[in-house]
Amino acid sequence: MIGLLKRDLALAVRAGGGFGLSLAFFLIFTALVPFGIGPETGRLAEIAAGLLWLGALLACLLSLDRIFQLDWEDGSLDLLATSPLPLEALAALKALAHWITTGLPLVVAAPLLGLILNLPGPAYVPLLASLLAGTPALSAIGTFGAALTVGIKRGGLLLSLLVLPLYVPTLLFGAMAATRGAQGLDFTTPLLLTLGITLGAIALLPFAAAASLRINLR
Amino acid sequence: MSSIWEYANPRRFMATSAKLLPWAVGLAAICLIGGLVWGFFFTPNDFRQGATVKIIYIHVPTAIMAINAWFMMLVCSLIWLIRRHHVSALAAKAAAPVGMVFTLIALFTGAVWGQPMWGTWWEWDPRLTSFLILFLFYLGYMALWEAIENPDQAADLTSVLCLVGSVFALLSRYALVFWNQGLHQGTTVSTVGVGVEENEGVSSIFLYPMLTSLAGFVFLFVALVLFRTRTEIRARRLKALIAQEQMA
Repeated sequence: MIGLLKRDLALAVRAGGGFGLSLAFFLIFTALVPFGIGPETGRLAEIAAGLLWLGALLACLLSLDRIFQLDWEDGSLDLLATSPLPLEALAALKALAHWITTGLPLVVAAPLLGLILNLPGPAYVPLLASLLAGTPALSAIGTFGAALTVGIKRGGLLLSLLVLPLYVPTLLFGAMAATRGAQGLDFTTPLLLTLGITLGAIALLPFAAAASLRINLR
Repeated sequence: MSSIWEYANPRRFMATSAKLLPWAVGLAAICLIGGLVWGFFFTPNDFRQGATVKIIYIHVPTAIMAINAWFMMLVCSLIWLIRRHHVSALAAKAAAPVGMVFTLIALFTGAVWGQPMWGTWWEWDPRLTSFLILFLFYLGYMALWEAIENPDQAADLTSVLCLVGSVFALLSRYALVFWNQGLHQGTTVSTVGVGVEENEGVSSIFLYPMLTSLAGFVFLFVALVLFRTRTEIRARRLKALIAQEQMA
């Protein structure tokens, strides 16, 4: 299992494209925001926390179709499916690898990008906490979506259509925690709810993802 | 003894649904025309909302059916996943566009009603937003059906999506309640007569035509789903026949 995780991480870093891409997208998204809504610092600061959440979500979405697609194309997914490792564990590992290569860098980059959006000082801790609590759910939901669409050629757009409605609760609570924190209000309730969604998603969705993989590999 | 599972036999389903379909169509027509005519022409205008209140004869039934259609798809998906009855999967497939259109009608009539009442076409209110999300779920479900060629595989994957989607639909419904307190009124149909205050609940003048129209929409849904399921079964038989011919 550890070996598989290492392999996925190494592939993501070395094979090019996958690893830095979503980070670069996040950066560009944030840099484009002031052009879209005007560079007034007051207005930017007000919406910065929510925007960073939205940017992280979109960056995460972009990299989803890579989770299974490459393994599917070169046939290693079939090998992995016939290995003694249960498919549920494979799905969970893939979600973990996706989070480490996409979610975690986004969390680390968010404070820096908050700086250029004039995110107010007390907002950094809630933003980081909510992103840390929420991005694993994005990866788990995305892995399920990727497992559903793995056999479909050019399933990228379909994947977004399927996954985006599922992202609503996570985005809602995560962004709520971040914006409440930015306004200096108590943000524990939305943060705990985000964490609850993440834990629920990690506990249940690998089973749904494994079921979809089984159907697709049949 | 005949069991309900015998209807999972397509032949049996076709025979029974052929008998049921005219009844469903007839009842739908009677209830819809009756309820809507009664509602539009023979009820007084509301003292506060004027004539705009009459949109409830379409808005409320379609909204109720939009949610129930997804629920029916969920039940059908479960039956397909557990007992693998093809008719069940096809019924779920057949119900999706119907539910989608009901959702769209509810959203549209809601906007038309909301404009004079609230002064806005759209508000990011829990009820409205969760209906928009339900609409997106229908779109995703239908798109997944279209994207996969092997029918059994498509039925399996859409069923899994329907299950997971139901959980997330519920989750976003309650998430949205936390997010924003709404403009939309609460459920008033079920509180008829229970209300302590006189103006709580829907007045019975409006309620009976609305229930008639709701029954009409239920029958309309049943008729459309039966009709579309029959079409799906025939399409599949046709496909099998063509495949047979090519083999020979």
